Amino acid sequence: MPGFVKKLVGAAVILVVLYAVSAAMSREGLFGFGLGAYESEVLMLVGINVILAVSLNLINGFTGQFSIGHAGFMAIGAYASAYFTVYHGQGLEQSLGGGTFAHALVFTVAILIGAVVAGVMGLLVGVPSLRLRGDYLAIVTLGFAEIIRIVILNLDVVGGATGFSVPGTVSFFWVGIVAVITIVVVHNIVKSDTGRALISIREDELAAEAMGVNTTRYKVLSFAISSAFAGVAGVLFGHFKRFLATPDFTFIKSFEVIIMIVLGGMGSITGAVLGAIVITILPELLRQLPSVGGFNFADLRLVIYAALLIVIMLTRPQGVLGEREIGLHWLRRAQKAPEGDRQVGDDSGVPIAQKPKAADQEGTGGGGQNR
Amino acid sequence: MKRTLITLGLATLLLGAFACERRDGGGPTGSTGDGSGIIKVGVYGDLSGQTSSFGESTRDGVRMAVDEINAAGGINGRKVEIVVEDDQGQPQQASTVVTKLINQDKVVAIIGEVASSNSLAAAPRAQEAKVPMITPSSTNPKVTQVGDYIFRVCFTDDFQGAVAAKFAVNTLKAKRAAILGDFNSDYSKGMTQYFEPEFTASGGQIVARQSYTQTDADFKGQLTNIRAANPDVIFVPGYYGQVGVIAKQAKELGITAPLLGGDGWDSPKLFELGGTALDGSYMVNHYSTDDPSPAVQKFVAAYKQKFGAVPDAIAALGYDAMNVLADAIRRAGGTDSAKLRDAIAATKGFPGVTGSININASRDAVKPAVVFELKDRKLVYKETIQPSGAATGAAPAASPAAAGSTAGASSPGTNANAPAAEGGAGGSSANTNTNAK
Amino acid sequence: MDTFVQQIINGLTIGSIYALIALGYTMVYGILRLINFAHGDIYMLGAYAGYYIAHWLGFAGEPSIAGLAVTLVGSMVAAALLGMAIERFAYRPVRKYARMTTLITAIGVSLLLENLGVVIFGGAPRSFPEQLQNETYTLFGNAAISKTQLLIFGVSVVLMVLLQWIVYKTKVGTAMRAVSFNLNSAKLMGINTDAIIVFTFALGSALAAAGGVLTAQYNPTIYPLMGIITGLKAFVAAVLGGIGNIPGAVLGGLLIGAAETFVVGYGQLIGIPSTYRDAVAFAILILVLLFRPAGLLGTTVQEKV
Repeated sequence: MPGFVKKLVGAAVILVVLYAVSAAMSREGLFGFGLGAYESEVLMLVGINVILAVSLNLINGFTGQFSIGHAGFMAIGAYASAYFTVYHGQGLEQSLGGGTFAHALVFTVAILIGAVVAGVMGLLVGVPSLRLRGDYLAIVTLGFAEIIRIVILNLDVVGGATGFSVPGTVSFFWVGIVAVITIVVVHNIVKSDTGRALISIREDELAAEAMGVNTTRYKVLSFAISSAFAGVAGVLFGHFKRFLATPDFTFIKSFEVIIMIVLGGMGSITGAVLGAIVITILPELLRQLPSVGGFNFADLRLVIYAALLIVIMLTRPQGVLGEREIGLHWLRRAQKAPEGDRQVGDDSGVPIAQKPKAADQEGTGGGGQNR
Repeated sequence: MKRTLITLGLATLLLGAFACERRDGGGPTGSTGDGSGIIKVGVYGDLSGQTSSFGESTRDGVRMAVDEINAAGGINGRKVEIVVEDDQGQPQQASTVVTKLINQDKVVAIIGEVASSNSLAAAPRAQEAKVPMITPSSTNPKVTQVGDYIFRVCFTDDFQGAVAAKFAVNTLKAKRAAILGDFNSDYSKGMTQYFEPEFTASGGQIVARQSYTQTDADFKGQLTNIRAANPDVIFVPGYYGQVGVIAKQAKELGITAPLLGGDGWDSPKLFELGGTALDGSYMVNHYSTDDPSPAVQKFVAAYKQKFGAVPDAIAALGYDAMNVLADAIRRAGGTDSAKLRDAIAATKGFPGVTGSININASRDAVKPAVVFELKDRKLVYKETIQPSGAATGAAPAASPAAAGSTAGASSPGTNANAPAAEGGAGGSSANTNTNAK
Repeated sequence: MDTFVQQIINGLTIGSIYALIALGYTMVYGILRLINFAHGDIYMLGAYAGYYIAHWLGFAGEPSIAGLAVTLVGSMVAAALLGMAIERFAYRPVRKYARMTTLITAIGVSLLLENLGVVIFGGAPRSFPEQLQNETYTLFGNAAISKTQLLIFGVSVVLMVLLQWIVYKTKVGTAMRAVSFNLNSAKLMGINTDAIIVFTFALGSALAAAGGVLTAQYNPTIYPLMGIITGLKAFVAAVLGGIGNIPGAVLGGLLIGAAETFVVGYGQLIGIPSTYRDAVAFAILILVLLFRPAGLLGTTVQEKV
């Protein structure tokens, strides 16, 4: 089968699956079977978190730049698109004649607005801050995200402290499509020349620069793309929850996304997906813990969640998948690697970035160093 | 691409394992189990976040009401069971747990939240599923505007803010007011929004406007500015956690103007934190534990015995919310969601411990507010201010006889025509500002 | 004028507390290159330790200097032990891994302490007993300074001088500086680096606990999540002063405290509402890092190729 046919078939299958899941989540259900509203809600959150985790992985996992400001960009996308929907969206939908098509069109515009605004913001934040390394970058991205949140909190036009009600609904079809697009885009970037440049920056920034890689340009690029996807996740989140309030976009949310990619394995797309699924569903499953002798075990779920994170770090710091992808070997067999496209890093499953570095142990003095 | 497929397949598999159920005819889940068996009521609130004392109080108040109802043989012979969920004080979690309560636990009605943003986040889910939700203590007017299944048993910010302003002008004879609020909190903002116009319309002047955040450890910067403005009264529409400290630090700076606040002050902890520095301050609240009416005293005594603490207004409102609900179920003759909704909406003159509760056309409770003076670590009853109808944009149904509790003891109450025209007008303009402005 | 003096006093009070906490961040970072995210939570636990000590030993009733001293020292000891335990069981096993791993472990420890705090102490705020008979002194006309504020200044200065003495005049301090300069070389010189690291954690945690108890004297509201924002701001202070640099942390703490108070006091005049108070701390951080990444007192070290 030629490549493009295979891709077409793949796309068709994905569309059918998404449509089926979406139908199963609707009130009517799929052939009489369906998911409960609670399960559907959790599944929507899984989809949104997959977008967040996979996009953050581009900057944290593949480029090796530690950002903890993802929630800020998510907030930008959410609020920008909600502003559009509330103040212009309904009018636009009516002038288009209403109906499903008009709604889909307007929602697509909302998604694009979220992506562009968050992406531009990512660019603005990225250009100055990506000159910094490691911990410093981490703390600056955190600072920017908090500033974004506080500014939104003071904007009465988007509800300020009360929160912002957003009309409309989002079906799983939308979330699924965007999640798939995110995965495909990130996958394609990683496998392209750009991806190799990003990975070279992660492995050794100085060496990459010496080899002629414009490190600043690539770092900013990946940061902006990552932010744009976070913005789209925000769009979906806002229109799905139909209510936006700033307490949902604190750095705790950024931490949550980091935990997802750390759990799955930094530098693994399927790992990020897996992490997003587990971290979203786990707290909900822990809610089901029974109450014994007046003590409610469900109260311990956040403690368990935190303890789990530490245990993973102590026992398997590279995450469950490390840098591997599920089904990678299968993919290799089916697809001949292009000439000269050798896997960066070794195949032992232990990523180079996680290996103890001599410099790490030395702990040389002074600040501002990466490793 | 194939990898994507596999991922997707895995996700679907996981989803399949997670849950799959047969649809029961597509009807709203709220109507299941009507007629007999246990009545399940969902309660959600912040049990582990920063405002967890509010969530705990609500839960305890509801629990006490449920225990009393069950001890008396249940509602129409059916026992009540509550399912409590924690939302960590996060709006996002609030809507998720309400979805869980409705669809997994199949509750017939929901009680919660305290913080208005969390109620606002969760209300659309209840509205969609047509499961009545009663918020015991979210005072933001917007909450009940989400839909016709959303109710409240407390008064609203516009009424409360206006009552405070009226009290400042009429009783305290204040001409210059300073405002010190947490303007990152919707509660503070809402109260201020209705205090200001009322106060200035009565000839007063706002001389300073200062803001803090809930995480601040220090308020002296703001208080120093307020001291420089030399106000007659300082309006502090915040929560007790900060108010106690604000009172202390104000005293240290030599500020003598009285502090004035609302129901956010209400907590047994207020005096622990503020001590005698709070002497001479005033607060607007829903009810008084010192109210001699037998209903209130019975409630206070029973609560003390059960939970070892004096019930704050949040607990009392949780108790009232549950009782209003039980009363409605009784009148509806079952838990059919539409009938139950109508029954709650028809609540008139319900004798709650926080006053006589009338649900008006906009599904808000119309009830009196009580003003207290804080003296020597105690709340001293000052006056009761009746709603004047305009308060919640409702029609004449207001002006309750207030036969029951609080108002009974309160004849001298300067019936301060509280939130008259401006309050109401301010209310409606604020209500629409999401869509207009 | 007296308003201005008053704002300075207010800013320095809160700044001294930030400085005490920032010292812990800066020492740990200096030695391990680790942002100890759990440090803010140690500050919180220090305050709770003080609360329990005061209640158990009966110092919660009447204000007394002795009671305060016992509470302060007791909570410092408790926090030091806790800091050592965290280092031993959470950080040491991951020390050999990449920086990212240790950072994430720190985030995990922080979340664990916060959530355990909520489960054990309950999420609602508690009121710290008043341990100092409060009096207010007036200076410069109308500017007031309270006994608590004087206490905070006094204890902070004493602790900082003590720290400076330990680091520069004692043997263990010399070892600390050696480890901070180069961990492996220090090991080769026969320094028990593990012991030094544990000592550093104990020292930093004790200072954070002192900050917790002192804050509680000033603002008696303690709650399990109180360490998040304060810890973050103290970290900002450490970075501002030049992370790894002890006088820098003190300077940074005082500057952040003063900047915050001035945003509240005078921000409105230049169009910054006081609701932007927290944003200003971060904005300062970002500007400093962009224009002087090593912080005010830090020195830039050329990256090795």
